[in-house]
Amino acid sequence: MPTPTLAEVPMSDGSLPVGVERREFDGTERLATRGEPVYGEPTDGEWRAWNPHRSKLGAMLALEMETGLSGGESVLYLGAASGTTVSHVADFAGPTYAVEFAPRPTRDLLEAGAPRPRLFPLLADARKPETYGHVVESNVDAIVQDVATRGQARVALENRRFLDDDGRLLLAVKARSEDVTREPAGVFDDVCATLEDGYELLEQRRLEPYHEDHLGIVARPR
Amino acid sequence: MSDDAPTAGGWFAGVDPDDLEAGATAIREERQATPRDWPTLAVGSGFADDEREYYDILKEATTRAAEAAVSEAERADDRQLVHAIRAMDDCERTANELAERLAEWAGTVDPDAGTGIEYARELADGHRELDTDDRRIASLAERVADLGDDADELREFVERRTPTVAPNLASLAGPVLAARLISLAGGLENLAKKPSGTIQVLGAEDALFAHLRGHAPSPKHGIIYVHDAVRGTHPDERGSAARALAGKLAIAARVDHYSGERKPELEGELTDRIETIQARTGGDTAEDDIDPGDGSDDADTDARGGTDE
Repeated sequence: MPTPTLAEVPMSDGSLPVGVERREFDGTERLATRGEPVYGEPTDGEWRAWNPHRSKLGAMLALEMETGLSGGESVLYLGAASGTTVSHVADFAGPTYAVEFAPRPTRDLLEAGAPRPRLFPLLADARKPETYGHVVESNVDAIVQDVATRGQARVALENRRFLDDDGRLLLAVKARSEDVTREPAGVFDDVCATLEDGYELLEQRRLEPYHEDHLGIVARPR
Repeated sequence: MSDDAPTAGGWFAGVDPDDLEAGATAIREERQATPRDWPTLAVGSGFADDEREYYDILKEATTRAAEAAVSEAERADDRQLVHAIRAMDDCERTANELAERLAEWAGTVDPDAGTGIEYARELADGHRELDTDDRRIASLAERVADLGDDADELREFVERRTPTVAPNLASLAGPVLAARLISLAGGLENLAKKPSGTIQVLGAEDALFAHLRGHAPSPKHGIIYVHDAVRGTHPDERGSAARALAGKLAIAARVDHYSGERKPELEGELTDRIETIQARTGGDTAEDDIDPGDGSDDADTDARGGTDE
């Protein structure tokens, strides 16, 4: 399988992957992908707006982080929830494996996935990769992680086995899931320190103003 | 499935590509720690003609697997839980009542007669002989022991099932208290629609109506009294603790009913708040006989719930 060298591919618009564009909706410029609408977002022809307030990855792109995504890559998405973000990912990426642990949101995920032939829903626990290692292919180009659980760094380390050596981990760390009582900065330091066991951190940025107490991280396997 | 097959470990190993159900079952049940290049292996083994076809089959199979898992989880509904917790209470109450009768009766023939369900078990298991040929006492003991076993099994069921039905509520309140709240409200949806002030006094209806009729103080807490956050707090501050706890429980019930996602931060927020409240009465707060264990099995809340303030 061809492995796109992520960083060098020419982008359509700044650092945005092919298939994601900044377009105008009702007079404001917003991120957008092409696909069936999922959550009542504004549309313009085939394009639908990607709300960075509802999506950590959307916020990372809106904040111009170097995600290394170029479009068409294989993706393992951990914490797909109702499919808001993962539907946009499936719009511009290749095969997209969407792991979600809770049955209720998975029902919505199934709906978002229905018109997307390369979005594979998996009801599984991201902390237990052995429960989906027989389905998700090896050497995926990107792991997107947005799980609200303690031990977010450990989840990323556990799932490193799926990631290509040149792949990218795009992680949104939620400070309040680790410890509500602690200062987010301290939580982020700990998460980053643990991540260093398996990843080289390329970029980190707080996701304000879109998401409070969240840190966006771009990393590659060590 | 043979280990030597090049596809060993893949979900499609040994699965007929046309058998959607078999594929979905394999996706749900198989395990494999190390991922491999499944699309290539599947094409190589003849499972699919090309990668495109493999992904088409995978899409159908994963969708079917997720649909089945979702509908299974949703059948694990709150109605079952409500019946189970009520049956558990009935069994426990009846077992205790009969055990009391038994102890009184057995006391007339056995000077060392013990009390409670434990004593009934001793008699039923034959660990203790009665100095009489009368089978009637032994038979009653068996009945009590069986009822006690039923109650234990129902409790296990409740402890196992509640986290599936209401994960956030169960982790915040403990599975048994969570199930009781759902039962008192008449279902998870009803509980999710109740204001936190109502949840605070669920189970203290007698005290509440006495208060509303004007001849009693307002109850500070209902069944949530059994939670450590309330019971472990100094009596002067229990109203505040109960209010804080009820607030978080209301949020947990709503999240469980409307979204189903886990919100682990609720626990931390509650602990934080309770610590602040308990600090008002100065460090060591728990002055009465709390048991720091499960704290979920005390039905005697009504009277105490409405005593002061």
